Amino acid sequence: MQLLFEQLLNGLQLSLTLFLLAAGLTLVFGIMGVINLAHGSLYMLGAYAGALAASKIGGFWLAVPAALIAAGLIGVAMELLVIRSLYARDHLSQVLATFGLILFFNGVIAWGVGRAPLQMDMPALLSGFLEIAPGLPYPTYRLAVMGVGVVVALGLWYVIARTRLGMLIRAGSDKREMVSALGVDIASLFTLVFGLGALLAGLAGVMVGPIRSVQIGMGEQVLITTFVVIVVGGIGSIRGAFVGALLIGMCDTLGRAFAPMVLKLWLSGPLADGLGAALASIMIYLVMALVLIVRPRGLFPAGG
Amino acid sequence: MAINRQIVAGLLIAACLLAVPFAAPYLGGNYVITLATRVVIFAIAASSLDLLIGRGALVSFGHAAYFGLGGYVVGICAFHLANDVTIFGWAGSNEALVVWPLAMLVSGFAALVIGALSLRTSGVYFIMITLAFAQMIYFVFVALKYYGGDDGLAMTSRNLFAGTRITNAQTFYWISLCALALCLLIQWRLVVSRFGMALRGAASNERRMAALGFSVYGYRLVAFVIAGMMAGLAGALWANLNRFVSPDMLGWVRSGEFMVMVIMGGVSSLLGPVIGAAAFLLVETALAGWTEHWQIAFGPFVLLVALFAPRGIWGLLRGRAGP
Amino acid sequence: MNALTLEGVTKSFGALRASDDVTLAIEANCCHAVIGPNGAGKTTLIGQITGEIRPDAGRIRFFDQDITDWTTPRRALAGLGRSFQITQLCADFSALDNVALAVQARQGHSYRFLRAAGSDARLRDPAMAALERVGLGERAQIRVDVLSHGERRQLELAAALATEPRMLVLDEPMAGMGPQESERMIAILHALRGEVTILLVEHDMDAVFALADRISVLVNGAVLMTGDPAAVRADPAVRAAYLGAPAP
Repeated sequence: MQLLFEQLLNGLQLSLTLFLLAAGLTLVFGIMGVINLAHGSLYMLGAYAGALAASKIGGFWLAVPAALIAAGLIGVAMELLVIRSLYARDHLSQVLATFGLILFFNGVIAWGVGRAPLQMDMPALLSGFLEIAPGLPYPTYRLAVMGVGVVVALGLWYVIARTRLGMLIRAGSDKREMVSALGVDIASLFTLVFGLGALLAGLAGVMVGPIRSVQIGMGEQVLITTFVVIVVGGIGSIRGAFVGALLIGMCDTLGRAFAPMVLKLWLSGPLADGLGAALASIMIYLVMALVLIVRPRGLFPAGG
Repeated sequence: MAINRQIVAGLLIAACLLAVPFAAPYLGGNYVITLATRVVIFAIAASSLDLLIGRGALVSFGHAAYFGLGGYVVGICAFHLANDVTIFGWAGSNEALVVWPLAMLVSGFAALVIGALSLRTSGVYFIMITLAFAQMIYFVFVALKYYGGDDGLAMTSRNLFAGTRITNAQTFYWISLCALALCLLIQWRLVVSRFGMALRGAASNERRMAALGFSVYGYRLVAFVIAGMMAGLAGALWANLNRFVSPDMLGWVRSGEFMVMVIMGGVSSLLGPVIGAAAFLLVETALAGWTEHWQIAFGPFVLLVALFAPRGIWGLLRGRAGP
Repeated sequence: MNALTLEGVTKSFGALRASDDVTLAIEANCCHAVIGPNGAGKTTLIGQITGEIRPDAGRIRFFDQDITDWTTPRRALAGLGRSFQITQLCADFSALDNVALAVQARQGHSYRFLRAAGSDARLRDPAMAALERVGLGERAQIRVDVLSHGERRQLELAAALATEPRMLVLDEPMAGMGPQESERMIAILHALRGEVTILLVEHDMDAVFALADRISVLVNGAVLMTGDPAAVRADPAVRAAYLGAPAP
């Protein structure tokens, strides 16, 4: 029971992290029609910037702004230099160009920082455990991550539902004329949205840093999971990204925790372990396949 | 004009590929033959992907799955034979004429299942779903510790070909080259056949095709299976070349690389993917020999191809003049 | 005998009722025109007849079969050919190949893998015949993206004819054509009258009155009236709906 509760919280924490990534990716696709494979690189760069700032200059509290600034700036530069040329191009060119970006960023990190994973320390303030229920301690840091995730999700909802920027975002790419008729510079709007997505990805990266190790390739793994999230949720929909992140985050965490156990009820020994591990790691893809069989455009298809 | 250039380019490529074993002793011996064999095997995989991307406008981002599955079939059959453990009551095999077709069947079957689901979607969904399914297979093999998991599976020797050993690098190159020639021949016929017309028509204008009475799903699925089988053959050859298979064969980076080869060479052209595979491996080898951090240069190179040469090397060769 | 029957076909997009209880019967081998002002729901109606849009309510019958739940390809194979308002062709194919695709569809499945379609006389000959019929015989090898607008419209018709349809649904075949091109198209369609059922949706009133045996007037998604050309011409309600439109 205690284990289940703990895993539910872990699942929630993963979900919120995934949401930070999925929100940016789905906005960029929904508004600009660009598939950005390098979104995971922004996550990785945020984590690296944070880890380096923490170890070289000092402290976790410096890591967060360092990650945000790095990811935001690199994101804006990426939009101005590369992504901008891809708006009018087909998906194939977009995939190829952003694939090139991933290789580049991985190469730069390997060259500048090295291939060995970095460890990032938690801030002392958050490194303990908090007894969230009698006899149930839970890492304070993870709670803090969840708190940030919830705050960002609410903030994003507010921006999109209540502000002028959100109205422009909701107007989407199919109403470009309308948006420009309002006297808005589309190019700046796109740069802003892309930068916002980069910021969220960097934030997710630096928050995950102390939980997992910071290494090359971390971006691609999470990118593919994020793809699953937005495909399940419906590409272009923030609400879909949120529901998809919850579904996928929970399935992944609970699957990893319980699939081997459940299989042991029927099977025995190493076979159950092997199958259980395999089942756990493909759980989210099975969920995706199931969703798509029923709804080929995801749970909340954007734009009808 | 364009036709003449195609024929000239084709003859040139064929001449280069045929000359490799004869020129190799003067260029560095087996190293060159092995590099050429890698080009040939990747060319098979890339051209099979072009059947989807170029002819079918189906941007599959999970093509490495079929490549890797083909490799694993070879690896697993050899593993069971070597360790004297049966698989589904079968002792395993080391005979190419048995395991290579088996590799193609398994890859084709995987393509059938994955394609049947993925082709229900289109556009960016299709890209992401094919990627996700490939990752799923990747993780299955990472989790299968019995077959080496992350570390992969080594083979003690190459397959026998009709009972004969193929340790000789030249012999293996000739076999791979024959496989490539066969695949290209099939593709060449396929593209202009009724099936190819239907597939290309669906890529060009799906609405028109529906109005004429074509249910495009079936044609696309068949193309998906054919491409999967060819990629499976490439994977089986790759396993034999390296006497080793690992989950990296199925990883998404490999899928991306196949895509780069197709586009770098030129989509919707018979020879483009062959040129692309050669260019990819030569650039990669040259950069890797120059610096350990070759990706820093290779990434922007890929980016520039995507931005400025979307029709690839073949497109540049063919010039701007018409089809 | 009726070629096409619509019974109470209704379709809404949000608050907009694009098809409002449309009931229509189109007699076999007759040329039936549907006219109406912009936004009357003509495109939605064609979408439902060809299977691209599912009606919310009502049934559609094609000869003796209920096709309401059929897919577009199935309707096409049953003999429902169409042309599009905005040309839909395979732009990177030659004119001949576009028509050959139609012949291929007519001849059944295309799961033939090794024989070149381009040299297959069973495809080429009927395709050429269809091209000749619309006057494009000499343009057979030209790529579609090089053809003129008028030629593409003719090619659309040739492709539809090559499927040997029992009924042709023509969505504004004269759209964007000059007077000469329109005249040629009218002549081509005139030659088809009586041989195949035609449902003609058209803005060009000269063409409609030159070709149609019966005319239905669609206003705000509903059928205002159906009658022969003379009756429609004389109807005051139609004139009101077509305020400013050329009346005799």
